[in-house]
Amino acid sequence: MPDPNPLFIFPDKPFLSIIILAALAVAGLYLARRQAHESIRAFCRVVRNSMRIAAKSVMRGEAQLRERNREVLLAEGMELVEREVEREFQRVALVIERDLQGYPALNRKLSEQIAHIDQDYQDSSEVPPTPPVWINAVEAVAKIQDKGGRMVGEILSDIHKTIIKMQKKAGEDYWAATRKRHKILSAMMPYWRRLAGTLDIVGRTMASLQEKAKIIDRLMNDYDEIRHGTDKAVRKLSSSSMTHFFISSFGLFIAVGGAVVNFNLVALPMSEMFGGATYIAGFPASEVGALFLILLETLTGIFFMEAMGFTKLFPFIASYDDKRRHRWAIIMLIFLFIFAGMESALAFMRDIIAAQNEALLQSLSGAGGTINAHTSFIPTATQMVMGFVLPFILAMAAIPLESFIHAARTVIGVLMVGLLRFLAALLRFFGTMFYYLGSFFIGIYDLVIFPPLWAEEKIRDSGVGRRKKEAKGKKSKAADKEKNQVRNA
Amino acid sequence: MRKTILTIIPILIIAATFFSGCADTKSHTRGVYMLLDTSGTYARELKKAQNIINYLLAILQPGDSLAVARIDSGSFSEKDIVAKVTFDKRPSVANSQKRIFAERIDKFVKTVKSSPYTDISGGLLQAIEFLNESGANQKTVLIFSDMEEDLVKGHVRDFQLQMDGFKVVALNVTKLRGDIVDPREYLKRIDKWRQRVESGGGQWRVINDLDHLNAILGH
Repeated sequence: MPDPNPLFIFPDKPFLSIIILAALAVAGLYLARRQAHESIRAFCRVVRNSMRIAAKSVMRGEAQLRERNREVLLAEGMELVEREVEREFQRVALVIERDLQGYPALNRKLSEQIAHIDQDYQDSSEVPPTPPVWINAVEAVAKIQDKGGRMVGEILSDIHKTIIKMQKKAGEDYWAATRKRHKILSAMMPYWRRLAGTLDIVGRTMASLQEKAKIIDRLMNDYDEIRHGTDKAVRKLSSSSMTHFFISSFGLFIAVGGAVVNFNLVALPMSEMFGGATYIAGFPASEVGALFLILLETLTGIFFMEAMGFTKLFPFIASYDDKRRHRWAIIMLIFLFIFAGMESALAFMRDIIAAQNEALLQSLSGAGGTINAHTSFIPTATQMVMGFVLPFILAMAAIPLESFIHAARTVIGVLMVGLLRFLAALLRFFGTMFYYLGSFFIGIYDLVIFPPLWAEEKIRDSGVGRRKKEAKGKKSKAADKEKNQVRNA
Repeated sequence: MRKTILTIIPILIIAATFFSGCADTKSHTRGVYMLLDTSGTYARELKKAQNIINYLLAILQPGDSLAVARIDSGSFSEKDIVAKVTFDKRPSVANSQKRIFAERIDKFVKTVKSSPYTDISGGLLQAIEFLNESGANQKTVLIFSDMEEDLVKGHVRDFQLQMDGFKVVALNVTKLRGDIVDPREYLKRIDKWRQRVESGGGQWRVINDLDHLNAILGH
């Protein structure tokens, strides 16, 4: 028989004991009701307040992070615009150097052509016919009175002949001069054409410069907005960052795919050099070697891109002077070619080892086999070409990598802000929930001790209780009256 | 330029130090010792054993060790080792070694003579000795036998085997005539070997379906 519970008052009557114990517990709980209610409320208030304080501090952190994100975004945006402006200025410089460097010569040429044309124009101008001085003489002779003299008639006849002769000569002279002018004018045509061509070139250059100036203006406006930290600029940069993040992620994903292919291409032949049973930190040395080679190629590629000015991941390389950067780029390019050659050789070796393995497996399975299991050179050549090209493709990964690093900072910042907001909301929610849980627990507490509460209510509703209530009401009325009097006074 | 070289050299030294420091001295190689029962009619089963050896040759990697020994009247002897090899670290050399090994086994299978007694315990002892000396990390003993031990009078084999870290796989455990009459004999025989191996600290496994050879070296 099991031992009776020591708490039982009547060990042989457990049910009665339980009832008595429950009644005692209810009575105890009833007596401690006020304190218990206060404790529950206080506990829930403490939890709610703690959570609200935590939520506030999280929100403060979120605000700081948001501010920091904004600063970073603006700084990156400024750097980007600076780079774009720098590039536009370089283009302008190139245009000026290429097209307007010979502007003095062009100007001289233009002046010469204009002078030539001017001269020709001067030459072609119509010379006014010399005033016919003899007309006055003819007029004077015409006024002579004809007194029937034959002599006058003859003189006039001579004059008439002379006039006709002179008119004819004048006409001939005029036409000769006109012909000469036309000749001069037609000689001016090539000069005009040349002049038009030269002006066209100048016009085109000017238009291009104008276009670039417009771009620079736009960029400078953007720069100004970023510098002033306007919301528009922040929104624009933020959206741009998101786009860059996804595009660069895609680019990096492709680069990682290339790296995996590269790894598989070189890991097997590496075992011929490192040995198949050597391990580094628990990994086969051949695989570690292959990985190291790929990482070295990527690093070399990044340095090359940096030296060429495509990326700006390492400020110390960007700060080198052009000559030094150029030299650095050449060194990195040589390294890249060495790696490409190595990979190509390894790819060739891989093909041989794979063929040997295949031949061995065939011979072990009883099918027979030779070392040169493959008959076509195409797979070997393809592998070799892939081995040669992949280091250069990996080098290109520097561009999406830079974009990813810059964009990831913003994206992670935005995500962190969202996370902190969510955390703060969660803390507030749980705080409020705890607060109302207090009421719930109080209700449960009262439910447990409902018999004494019910009895209390009944007593209160009975005479004693009512009297007490009335007395209490009177007291409170008197107190209110007193208060009002004091207030009025 | 000089400054660049002076920067690169320390980086290379640090990298070399790092990688030499990371060099893993722990052995990752596998050692497999296969015992071939050549007693009585079981010698006819050796063609199957040859297929298993070829399978092992295909899956073992450079640096791994493989030995094949016969079980005869007194198997605790180096003379019973038909062929043994530790594959070179270079895959191309290891391939050549595998070819030579396969040829040697082929020759053995063609010329093997049946032995009157079956000293499995002696063969196991020899296997333990070989695999411990090989320094392999994963040690496996394959017993291609019906597991019916038949010792020469006077040979003592009732001692505990030290098989910590060993895995023993009984392959193609054929049922004898008596087993067909009373299968308990077969089960008792298998259980006796299981207890012997496990009491020595080893793992025991039986593979009768040779289509599932991939489980030989797996855990």
